[in-house]
Amino acid sequence: MTIDPDTERYSIPDKAKWSAWTIFQTWEVILLALLVLVFIINSNASPYFLNVYNLADATFNFSEKAIIALPMALVIIMRDIDISVASIIALCSMLMGVGAEAGIGVPGLITIGMVGGLVAGGFNGFLVTGLGLPAIVVTIGTFTLFRGIAYVVLGDGAVTTYPEGLRFFGQGYVFGLIPFEFILFLVLAAIFGVILHYTVIGCRIYAIGNNPIAAKFTGIPVDRYRFAAFCLVGLMAGLAAVLLTSRIGSTRPNIAMGWELEIITMVVLGGVNILGGSGTIPGVVIAVLLVGMVTFGFGLLNVPGIIMTVFIGALLIITISIPILIQRLRDRARVRAQQAEAGKD
Amino acid sequence: MKRFISLAVASVAISFVVASAAIFSSIAGAQAQDVRIAMLVKSLGNGFFDAANKGGLEAAAELGNVKLIFTAPTAPTAEGQIEIINNLTAQNVDAIVISANDPTALIPATQRAMARGITVISFDSGIAQEGRKMQLNPSNNELIGIKQIQMASDAAGGSGEIAILSATAQATNQNIWIEEMRKELAKPNRSSLKLVDVVFGDDQSDKSYQEAQGLFARFPDLKVIIAPTTVGIAAAAQAVRDEKRVGKVFVTGLGLPSEMAGHVDSGAVKSFAIWNPIDLGYTATYAAYQISQGKATSEPGASIPVGRMGTLSIGATGEAAMAEPFTYDASNVNDFKDIF
Repeated sequence: MTIDPDTERYSIPDKAKWSAWTIFQTWEVILLALLVLVFIINSNASPYFLNVYNLADATFNFSEKAIIALPMALVIIMRDIDISVASIIALCSMLMGVGAEAGIGVPGLITIGMVGGLVAGGFNGFLVTGLGLPAIVVTIGTFTLFRGIAYVVLGDGAVTTYPEGLRFFGQGYVFGLIPFEFILFLVLAAIFGVILHYTVIGCRIYAIGNNPIAAKFTGIPVDRYRFAAFCLVGLMAGLAAVLLTSRIGSTRPNIAMGWELEIITMVVLGGVNILGGSGTIPGVVIAVLLVGMVTFGFGLLNVPGIIMTVFIGALLIITISIPILIQRLRDRARVRAQQAEAGKD
Repeated sequence: MKRFISLAVASVAISFVVASAAIFSSIAGAQAQDVRIAMLVKSLGNGFFDAANKGGLEAAAELGNVKLIFTAPTAPTAEGQIEIINNLTAQNVDAIVISANDPTALIPATQRAMARGITVISFDSGIAQEGRKMQLNPSNNELIGIKQIQMASDAAGGSGEIAILSATAQATNQNIWIEEMRKELAKPNRSSLKLVDVVFGDDQSDKSYQEAQGLFARFPDLKVIIAPTTVGIAAAAQAVRDEKRVGKVFVTGLGLPSEMAGHVDSGAVKSFAIWNPIDLGYTATYAAYQISQGKATSEPGASIPVGRMGTLSIGATGEAAMAEPFTYDASNVNDFKDIF
């Protein structure tokens, strides 16, 4: 699909023309192929991998991160980033712990966790859009701030007295097989996918990511969108805090330490441009499964966590840098070709 | 253009995955008939646990058909350990030996592992009773109390004035140990040792140092300071050296070889004690093997033979104490100072 505005007549189709070859070339399909490859390798490497129960249980290890990856994709598409998500989890879990010790029931605890997340996200959003500070600076600050509050309140103690009824959300199964957390993630992914790809809101999100100034001049309330995205990340981090707290039934200030990088890795690996403007929810979902299955495969072979981190980090650097490097090479080649062209004349 | 990028990235990623497959296959060489015991510790890169791993490997070699899997999460968190427990459960290992980052958070995960027939025991830092079959404590309070009086008696030559420099006045474990020391001192064969005072350095170096100086001033005939805390023992030993009382006052108690080696060399400390992490890893691995293979039970009152470490007796809450604390002196402290 090429658009040349200089020609007299041009058209911008609502959807790209369907062709088997272009579909085959999309990032999502490549990720899917990688996922299949990972399945094949893992099944060969470990006899315990291809087991329905094991695979279903393995989703526990990434569902909470995956739920945060969805709104994080929107934030990154709009050229922002949120480093503070894991700290928001610690903050919300601490608030739930204080609530549980005060004898608040299950619905109250869930509300506390999610509202806490929403407020924390709103705080980030206010600093970024209200005061016009760069998102990375703001969220590095709140990264320390939110977890710091949890440390101040909990010290080296822990809250372990959660009501029995809270357990289902993080430990429960649907149909006796699939963890509730994973089902929740799939439902949320469908909602985010529809919003981003089939509504005006989604269209505007891409517009903001591609050119915020142009978006503003077309009447899109850019800052309101960015603020809302930060609130949404906070809300989902609050939800993740509810799930994680329910799953492990305990709150310590170091809860969810280091998750922000894993979440951002999932988003970027999913094809979301770290510079903003492009990316899809299906891509993020497949990347989540890919990272989850690679990690599970490594885990089954008892590869130490540090090596896993190195592997994921290397994968992240490669995914970010290869398109940029190739772009640079292509630019250089084009300049050379133009020079050669000029030389001929 | 876009195609080119996609294909290039894909090929790199694929080669990456394939390369990792090579690592996979080399690691996956475990024999199915081996008894697989996983030692899951708080975090990697901790000298204490590296020493425990050494002990675990020693037990595995001694038992013959045991494959020890040593693992830990990247960050010392409960959820990191839960992920590993889930992965170990999926592999259906025979036993998991855990030093827990959280006594309660791991319970759902370890209960699921136990439901699948995996033997779960905790050591060092325990899991609450419903989440494990056995907790291996490095020692018990009585043994820790007796050991310190024994070392003080040796340093004092059997008689004289001794004082205790503890952590805070509220510290639960130190107070229990001091109580045990008093009980031991009440025995007739310790009657020539006289406890003159108990002071508290609050586990701060400077306060502990001043309290030690205060003891020198008030009790000129003081022969031994017992500090049942790693901060206090190092501060007291430093005070003895600075006040030139080496040879007159000896310091003993619970300390880390890495911090105490210099004080032993200077003569301020004759001997001190702490649990030996190598023995701890050895005993935990050995006990896990015995229980998982049905050669012993972890019922209260049962006893488990654990190779060179003798026999473990299981107490009412499924806890067992390994042995009296290990003594370090000039003959061995330098071998351990790089370990922990």
